[in-house]
Amino acid sequence: MITVDQVTVQYPGASRRALAGVSLVAASGMITAVVGPNGSGKSTLVRALLGRVALASGRVLLDGESLSEMSPRARARRIAVVPQREELTLPLRGREYVALGRHAHLGPFNSPTAEDRRAVMRAIELTDSADLTDRAVTELSGGEWQRLRIARALAQGGTSMVLDEPTAFLDIAHEMAVFELLAQLALQGMTVILVSHQLNLVARFAGHLVLLRDGAVAASGTAQEVMTGEILERVYHWPLVVTRDPAVGAPALVPLRGAARRTSPELS
Amino acid sequence: MRLRLWLALWIVLVAAVLLAVRFGTLSLDTADVLRALAGRSSDVTSTVVLSLRLPRALLAALVGAGLGAAGAALQGATRNALAEPYLLGVSGGAAVGAVIAVTLHAVAWAVPLAGFAGALIAVAATLLVARAANGQGDARIILMAGVVVGAFANAVIMVALANVDANGVRGALWWMMGSVGDATWSQVRMLAVFVTAGLLLLLAMARSIDLLALGDDTAAALGVDVARVSLAVYVCGALLAAGPVAAAGLVGFVGLLVPHIARGLGARAHRSIIGASALGGAALVVTADLVARVARPPAELPLGAITAMVGVPFFLLRLRRVT
Repeated sequence: MITVDQVTVQYPGASRRALAGVSLVAASGMITAVVGPNGSGKSTLVRALLGRVALASGRVLLDGESLSEMSPRARARRIAVVPQREELTLPLRGREYVALGRHAHLGPFNSPTAEDRRAVMRAIELTDSADLTDRAVTELSGGEWQRLRIARALAQGGTSMVLDEPTAFLDIAHEMAVFELLAQLALQGMTVILVSHQLNLVARFAGHLVLLRDGAVAASGTAQEVMTGEILERVYHWPLVVTRDPAVGAPALVPLRGAARRTSPELS
Repeated sequence: MRLRLWLALWIVLVAAVLLAVRFGTLSLDTADVLRALAGRSSDVTSTVVLSLRLPRALLAALVGAGLGAAGAALQGATRNALAEPYLLGVSGGAAVGAVIAVTLHAVAWAVPLAGFAGALIAVAATLLVARAANGQGDARIILMAGVVVGAFANAVIMVALANVDANGVRGALWWMMGSVGDATWSQVRMLAVFVTAGLLLLLAMARSIDLLALGDDTAAALGVDVARVSLAVYVCGALLAAGPVAAAGLVGFVGLLVPHIARGLGARAHRSIIGASALGGAALVVTADLVARVARPPAELPLGAITAMVGVPFFLLRLRRVT
């Protein structure tokens, strides 16, 4: 379980707080989705969960323990963060890449133990990535690479996972595969925080939605509670209708056309 | 990296050292050289081999190993294929120290010490500049700070040389062009300890450097203390370059070039890249020094110029393959 408690973040030199007293609880066994427009504080929240940004106030708790009191190594063993961007400079093989997830378990000169190898094997199995283990990660497609990144996060051995837009550049099949994989991991008891712009998919996969706007929580709850036309229009500054997804009946958002000048203060 | 390649690198290095001991201005008989190495030889051969050529070849090897390994670690941690230890202000600072010592007509042994002191001052200055820019934990900002300190050092050198007689200028220039011509066993011993320690520290951080190469956020997510490790890689890399610079002056291009060759040979993780760069750098500088000695006897060519001449075609070849 991840508890974000009244977290405020202000970047040096910024006039506005990036996060202003954000609270949320991500329970284990389900996907908690963090959604919101660009600049609403989603990435700052991920950075706070990474320990990469100083909290002006508030705290982040991992199963009741303060994240800021953990060393980077101890943190990595319990919570796996998959940042949005990553540079692929080394032509590592798939298996070596997943094994990087064991970094926090290894000393500087230790070889991986049987336990490390088991964790890597298990992560590869769970993500169905056996076909990628001998390929150079620099030559993988976006979907294959995302699968290995999730495998690497699993190899870290924690029970919590935070993913920042893992499906940003993926086609429908690969995007669905990632969502299905995350749902399956949640079902097995993991705590999953998913930052995403894919509201319609999030509505189907996430048990809990947190909608951010200007660094604060605009709404939170189930998809039915958060994804109403009135709330979403107010937060996204765009006219839209919310209908029912014909497959499973989850809320589905349909943005309307031709109204930029009328409703969006930023675009007018 | 496969065992075959490691073996090949060691063979190339040992062969380069043997060639460097065998060939030179004074032509020696191979059998005599081998006898001298075994400690059974006439006085002249023994002196040339054991007191001149062997320490010189070993010093060249250590210089190359230090510069190569430092370059490999810095290129990884900064995710910049153009990073090299000389960009960290080390070379500029060392040059200032050595040039001042030379122009003051200091005794010979004081020049490397002055160079080392200059390098340390430049490292400290670079860290202070990076700190002032609020980026002492960001390897890329440290690199930029190093470039600035290096530029300042160049200006200091020009000012220092402006009022010096021709001999002083010549001495300073020779130092800056790099040479292992004055190698002594005590220098070899000191540099061996220095380079070994630095190399071990970098190898201890090799896994963290792998992760830094993926980006600071990813490294942090996987448990790396990004600010601390970046700083440690920088300080280690700078010191690992400072020793060789103090011992041999400016031997350019090694720290930039050799890591590219190591990666081209198939080294994927930084433990291999750093190790292969140390071996490759050693072989390169030993060979370059041999060329410097025998190309136009009895004069010696500047070592730094040879490494650059050997390095540039290699680098172009590598670039062609990348693009």
